[in-house]
Amino acid sequence: MKIHVTDRDGGEHELEATNGWRVMEIIRDAGLPITAECGGACACATCHVYVDPSWVERVEPRGEEENDMLDLAFEVQENSRLSCQITMTPEIDGLKVTLAPE
Amino acid sequence: MTGQPIRTDVTIVGAGPCGLFAVFELGLLDLKCHLVDILDRPGGQCAELYPEKPIYDIPAVPVCTGQELTDRLMEQIRPFGPVFHFGQMAEKLERTADGWWRLTTDLGTEIESKVVVIAAGGGSFVPKKPPIKGIDAYEGTGVFYAVRRMEQFRGRHLVIAGGGDSALDWTVNLQPLAASLTLVHRRDEFRAAPDTVNKMRALVEAGAMTLDIAQISGVDGTDGRLEAVILKDKDGERRVECDALLAFYGLTMKLGPVAEFGLNLHENLIPVDTERFQTSTPGIFAIGDINWYPGKLKLILSGFHEAALMAQAAIRIVHPERKVRFQYTTSSSELQQKLGVA
Repeated sequence: MKIHVTDRDGGEHELEATNGWRVMEIIRDAGLPITAECGGACACATCHVYVDPSWVERVEPRGEEENDMLDLAFEVQENSRLSCQITMTPEIDGLKVTLAPE
Repeated sequence: MTGQPIRTDVTIVGAGPCGLFAVFELGLLDLKCHLVDILDRPGGQCAELYPEKPIYDIPAVPVCTGQELTDRLMEQIRPFGPVFHFGQMAEKLERTADGWWRLTTDLGTEIESKVVVIAAGGGSFVPKKPPIKGIDAYEGTGVFYAVRRMEQFRGRHLVIAGGGDSALDWTVNLQPLAASLTLVHRRDEFRAAPDTVNKMRALVEAGAMTLDIAQISGVDGTDGRLEAVILKDKDGERRVECDALLAFYGLTMKLGPVAEFGLNLHENLIPVDTERFQTSTPGIFAIGDINWYPGKLKLILSGFHEAALMAQAAIRIVHPERKVRFQYTTSSSELQQKLGVA
């Protein structure tokens, strides 16, 4: 499985994705600049990404806690997500996300 | 700051779980500690980021929250009488002429000790700054991330951004002083205490302030004087005239002045040996999330282990003449007396 990540400079990265991993973990372990300060506890909003509009419907929806934490993020959009709250599954193989500003 | 520097055995930078447990391990060896933390309470990330989140990997504690862990550590170290210096950032570390380490905080507190333990986690918690071009130019004059003196905002046209307790508390408290006040939040729902949210809504209802559901996308002004913020929502951008913006987007961690302490760094972490958890500088140790060594795992339990070994090395620096006897709390009446249980 793969995910496609666009960094803050517009660079594109195809990353190997593992079933069951959080998207944040895939991005972090690939060495891309994602802070993910709280380590995936949905407590900091520093793993903010934009999900490509064509994929928004296919990822599990935002939880209430995630929506609350997005209050601490900047430039929040309809397709904003905390990537620690998206779990990799075969259904989202090929997912495209863009790192949000921080 | 007036007065003489404080002298103690060990200065600990950071009052998170590892800094707190270091007090215990050092205390068993009769070493007294002073702790400095930028937060206004103990617990570090456990208290600031996830006080209500469960932690499942503390040995023999199947589950506890970040706050419970902090509370229990505070109880465990109480017999050793640690002294806390909260709300202060460790700013400078230097060697005194007579060979002690002097740590100075941003509030001017000076602590001198033979051993310094850096247990600063991810660094200092500092306010998150909106990634808006040119915002730096207004910081301290028109853009603020905290309120130090309310009077500073009397008669000013305020925009407050955020939806948590800080944003809502300051909205309600500053509204009577301000010439005008607009609260900006990305959605018409607030995480803040419901009572404060109700007070804010009543002020809006009464026409005493404005609530604007939008996000801040820019700032504008001349010669470092803020004149307006630019707000953005689905319908586009608009300008709100103001002379002060207070932005409350929570805290983030920055290594900060620790980077200037003259220690070797490895990707913003402090390399240590795994025998004593000492840094490149003798007498300065680093434990917990801030240190690095091959195989390092950022786990609370690793930090606890590091604290225990660090203490064994620290005693030999503070009291080189003393013969150190290794003892167990279970069987040593001497240790039990220190803990106040015998």
